[in-house]
Amino acid sequence: METPLTRNITLGKMPPDFAQYEKAGGYAALRKALRMAPGEVMAAVKEANLRGRGGAGFPTAQKWSFVPMGDDAPHPKYLICNADEMEPGTFKDRLLLEGDPHQLLEGMIVSAYAVQADVSYIFLRWAYKLAAQRLEQAIAEAYRQGYLGRNIAGSGYSLELHLHVSAGRYMCGEETALLNALEGKRANPRAKPPYPQVSGLWGKPTVVNNVETLCCVPHILNHGAAWFKNLSRSGDGGTKLYGVSGRVKKPGLWELPMGTTIREILEEHAGGMRDGYQLRGLLPGGASTDFMVADHLDVAMDFDSMQAAGSRLGTGTMIILDDKTCPVGMLHNLEHFFAQESCGWCTPCWSGLSWVEQILKGLEDGKGQVSDLERLQSHARLLGPGHTFCALAPGAAEPLQSGLKYFGDDFDRHIHEKRCPWK
Amino acid sequence: MLSEQERHEIEAQSHHYPNNRALCIEALKIVQAHRGWVSDEGIADVAEALQMAAAELEGVATFYNMIFRKPVGRHVILLCDSVSCWIMGYDGLREHLHARLGIGLGETTADGCFTLLPNVCLGACDHAPAMMIDSAHYQDLDPAGIDEILAKYQMNEIREEKKEKREPPDGNTADP
Repeated sequence: METPLTRNITLGKMPPDFAQYEKAGGYAALRKALRMAPGEVMAAVKEANLRGRGGAGFPTAQKWSFVPMGDDAPHPKYLICNADEMEPGTFKDRLLLEGDPHQLLEGMIVSAYAVQADVSYIFLRWAYKLAAQRLEQAIAEAYRQGYLGRNIAGSGYSLELHLHVSAGRYMCGEETALLNALEGKRANPRAKPPYPQVSGLWGKPTVVNNVETLCCVPHILNHGAAWFKNLSRSGDGGTKLYGVSGRVKKPGLWELPMGTTIREILEEHAGGMRDGYQLRGLLPGGASTDFMVADHLDVAMDFDSMQAAGSRLGTGTMIILDDKTCPVGMLHNLEHFFAQESCGWCTPCWSGLSWVEQILKGLEDGKGQVSDLERLQSHARLLGPGHTFCALAPGAAEPLQSGLKYFGDDFDRHIHEKRCPWK
Repeated sequence: MLSEQERHEIEAQSHHYPNNRALCIEALKIVQAHRGWVSDEGIADVAEALQMAAAELEGVATFYNMIFRKPVGRHVILLCDSVSCWIMGYDGLREHLHARLGIGLGETTADGCFTLLPNVCLGACDHAPAMMIDSAHYQDLDPAGIDEILAKYQMNEIREEKKEKREPPDGNTADP
């Protein structure tokens, strides 16, 4: 089984420096891309069917295709790497950032070339101190070696690349809010349209891609679209970093074919549940994905299969709910997070999420009423897509509505026993 | 007024951004690194240096979790309260820290050594529960492990205190 994204990564070891990375075949994709037309690079990524690994799964080449190209295109154009990774339960990009920073840089430079960007930023979350240090070093090396800056490898193409370390807020992961954060503003989301590809950072054409997405790009260039598609067990190309946290025997992160089933990840790689614990449910791809249950164990973890099963692939890092953990308490924890991290821009989000959090707290404290369930149901609907300015509240509504569906008995017990049965 | 050092560090970041406004988050982080937190005076200093309205900068400063607008202790404990850590024992750790330090979330110990803050997911979910103290990550925590970690910081403080007593001040004052 091929694992292109993690081939240079050994846990606990230093990442490859420039010379080691190049010796292992690194920057060959960049040199190849620079001999191609930008449109050809875009076409290769399109053919590979690479979909965004940040959670939404939007086809990467299609995202790029909205950037104005040619002599009349406004400049500077920007390519931004979203390395904010603040989705609870998600720890996949950290591995790529710390373990092989040159792979990310190469992916960024090739992708920037495809859209003819002039300036690139890595938007990194503040908590990733080690990643910041290693990225700084890799960026300096790439500049010294002529792979960043003016006239890259004699191609005539130039790119400046900067590291921006965020001051911390979940909202920054939303791409338009991220742009505001980079401009030194509060990270409120922006209205779309216009889309960032047309009017993004400082009003200029901008593409925002996730770390894992960008890391796939050099491999597509090196080995071709057919090879990339063959890595996958589904229609979406490539491998995927899958993670498991919670009460399993071996929590961790693995690069596996896209479309590996939940069962295989949970039982073979994470070693199954710890002794004395049973699986009750799971959030498959971070806090903002719908709960799944044991019935779903054979669902393939790819974008379309997960959606068909009523959830989302999200970030592909699953959080396990065991039978000794209170589902209502878990939901309270999740909705507390969303209520706290709401940017306050639109009323349904800041007001609705606070209500949801308060109701769940009441249930946990034994003060729940039967009417609370209806109120939670209506909030799950009203915080869903189409009612709020951005995707934060709809993300919060996903575990809420599925939690109410799968753990109804637990809610009833909280109300009738006037206490949390797990405390 | 910004110190020479602060001014120099902000200037060194300026080539990453096309205008002063975009530099403001970096500038707030730099002021905080030197002063421990960002006071009203810190806001005024940065606003003046970047030619921004202080009220606008205040809006930015209060938005971000890691800009402290209240004084903090010499060490800031950031206890991850997100879902994986919650499942793996966050409540117990929080209660242990309350008991051990005599402070709740958002509070600072009387000796000014620790401030305890809740924090969203630190990206260490496979090694939950986790926390940070200042820039250092700690994971796979349990109460005994926490005691050991806190003791390390407290020992260092005592050591430094002794060192300060031994070394007479050289008369040069640091940045105001």
